[in-house]
Amino acid sequence: MEFLSYLISGISLGSVYAIIALGYTMVYGIAKMLNFAHGDVIMVGGYLSYYAMFSFGLPWFVALPASMIVCACIGMLIERLAYKPLRQAPSLAVLITAIGVSYFLQNSALLIFGANPKTYSNPFQSVNPDGSINAGISLFGGQLTITYVSIVTIISCIIIMLALNFFTSKTKMGKAMRACSEDKGAAQLMGINVNRTISITFAIGSALAAVAGVLLCSSYTLIQPTTGSMPGIRAFTAAVFGGIGSIPGAFLGGLLIGIIESLAKAYISTQLSNSIVFAVLIIVLLVRPAGLLGKYVPEKV
Amino acid sequence: MKKLLALVLAAAMVLSMSACGTSAAGSSEAWKFGGSGPLTGGAAIYGKGVANGAQIAVDEINAAGGINGAKIELKFEDDVADGETAVNAYNSLIDWGMDVMIGTVTTGACISMSAVAYKDRTFCITPSASSADVTADKDNMFQVCFTDPNQGVASADYIADKIKPASVAVIYRNDDAYSQGIRDTFVKEAAAKGLNVAYEGTFTEATSTDFSVQLTAAKEAGCDLIFLPIYYQPASVILNQSNQMGYAPVFFGVDGMDGILTMEGFDPKLAEGVMLLTPFAADSTDDLTVKFVKTYKEKYGEVPNQFAADGYDCIYVAKAAIEKAGVKPTDKREDICEKLIKAMTEIKVNGLTGQGMTWSANGEVAKGPAAVVIKDGVYVTP
Repeated sequence: MEFLSYLISGISLGSVYAIIALGYTMVYGIAKMLNFAHGDVIMVGGYLSYYAMFSFGLPWFVALPASMIVCACIGMLIERLAYKPLRQAPSLAVLITAIGVSYFLQNSALLIFGANPKTYSNPFQSVNPDGSINAGISLFGGQLTITYVSIVTIISCIIIMLALNFFTSKTKMGKAMRACSEDKGAAQLMGINVNRTISITFAIGSALAAVAGVLLCSSYTLIQPTTGSMPGIRAFTAAVFGGIGSIPGAFLGGLLIGIIESLAKAYISTQLSNSIVFAVLIIVLLVRPAGLLGKYVPEKV
Repeated sequence: MKKLLALVLAAAMVLSMSACGTSAAGSSEAWKFGGSGPLTGGAAIYGKGVANGAQIAVDEINAAGGINGAKIELKFEDDVADGETAVNAYNSLIDWGMDVMIGTVTTGACISMSAVAYKDRTFCITPSASSADVTADKDNMFQVCFTDPNQGVASADYIADKIKPASVAVIYRNDDAYSQGIRDTFVKEAAAKGLNVAYEGTFTEATSTDFSVQLTAAKEAGCDLIFLPIYYQPASVILNQSNQMGYAPVFFGVDGMDGILTMEGFDPKLAEGVMLLTPFAADSTDDLTVKFVKTYKEKYGEVPNQFAADGYDCIYVAKAAIEKAGVKPTDKREDICEKLIKAMTEIKVNGLTGQGMTWSANGEVAKGPAAVVIKDGVYVTP
């Protein structure tokens, strides 16, 4: 029973990583850049939904789409202002700019929302008539509790992964994205508006970040200006683990990182859990340099 | 030239000593107590508490005739919890003629200030800078609050003597010196006291998002008390997640837990029954506390916090040491320092933050641990 409980918390944590990793992987796959500001867009999404839910009293199913839309706009704005002028610049310049954007967002949040952390009440729970909190389903006579937020996280992760897969393989826009991903010049010659495609990629990635923000803060129940940075780095690891640029890879990578972390904490040592996660990452990359599901593309000379 | 200057200075000093109470710096009739702490900025709540609490004590002592007939003047400087500013504040207090330093309030600033004060031979007593680094290798530094590691010992003693749980879990942050330090001394003292620490879980900055594994493991290990030597931010997450799991052990925190109730958006119901080691509870019914809280409310319009009580005690500790050493405000600052250092290890003070406080030569305080429990969103003495 303990094992199941550890496994579920691992899957739930992994699902949040996976949703963030999907955002990383989308942008990397199409724009070929590491958007290190992604983690901070999560934080922005978290704050937006925090104020929507707790200051304006909106229910989560209104607050979530609202913060997704605002985050998508912010994502497009960041791309337009910070990354588009650097389209022809070396990738290192873009990487440094992304780190700059990340600091910009963090410090703006520090100014606007203050350094004090705020408690993010979990919206996926109800209060029983006797005042106690009903936060999940109790199984096996209370030995195993699965929280609603875990269920919502896992289900949304699967839905998002399937939807993105469908979008990139079946729709016209998705096909345009894949074309851009393979060869921007050739895509442009074929009549694809590359700038618009990249812009939409950022919009989707940032909307996903908003979802991740709500789910992360609902289970973490705390929001502060640095909320997004650590999970962002974890998720980046997950994206590389699964094969950066691959949508199912990000999903698998996120889940595995979450499960390994959880089980390592439970059965080996909480002190060693980080080392174990990264040791597994190194081993996987030694055996499969492109990640679990990544495509290895040999350079033609 | 140098000799001449020295001669003139020596003559001036002799003159001022014999004149006893001329306006020369450091030799007035009144005791000049300097203080420094953050009065503005993010940590202002701490500095203001200390300054207000200390002022109340000074007013009381002066109303009762002062220390051996000498009144106290208190001058409190703002150091915004910053090391450099604290050193500047200290220097301007020395120029003012300070005899005894009360401060500084925050640890980081205090470490900077203490290095200068040690060289200058100024007697310092800090209300709330709790790191062991504040007093380490500096014989002139004394603390009124517990040092961080001593909080672990005090918590283990309190839990073993008063709560007597079947088994204890510890969840701490192992990339943080504060948390790790308290945990180390706690576990050692727990073993000595026969407490059964059945589970220890760690987290780091990077893994402070999810505690369900640690909480499940603690639950499986049958722990009915979880010791949390951590700050209140991650503690609020632990309370939330354990509540969602339906796991309700006793949570026991240290001074880092102080502040959880004032967190924006935090549901105080989650903290119901949480215990924390804090030296001061404003609702205590002993005469000293009742009188202090009443005066504080009248003067400053709010309920005093732990820092106000620390500041208040600081003044009385300084008074006790001065009386024991028999020094006069007209003595040289260096001599006062040496005599007070000796007196500090010999005095015993009953204050707001502890009964029978005594000091060791390394500047650390020994006092009985006191804990409060959170009931209906306020601290009450259990």
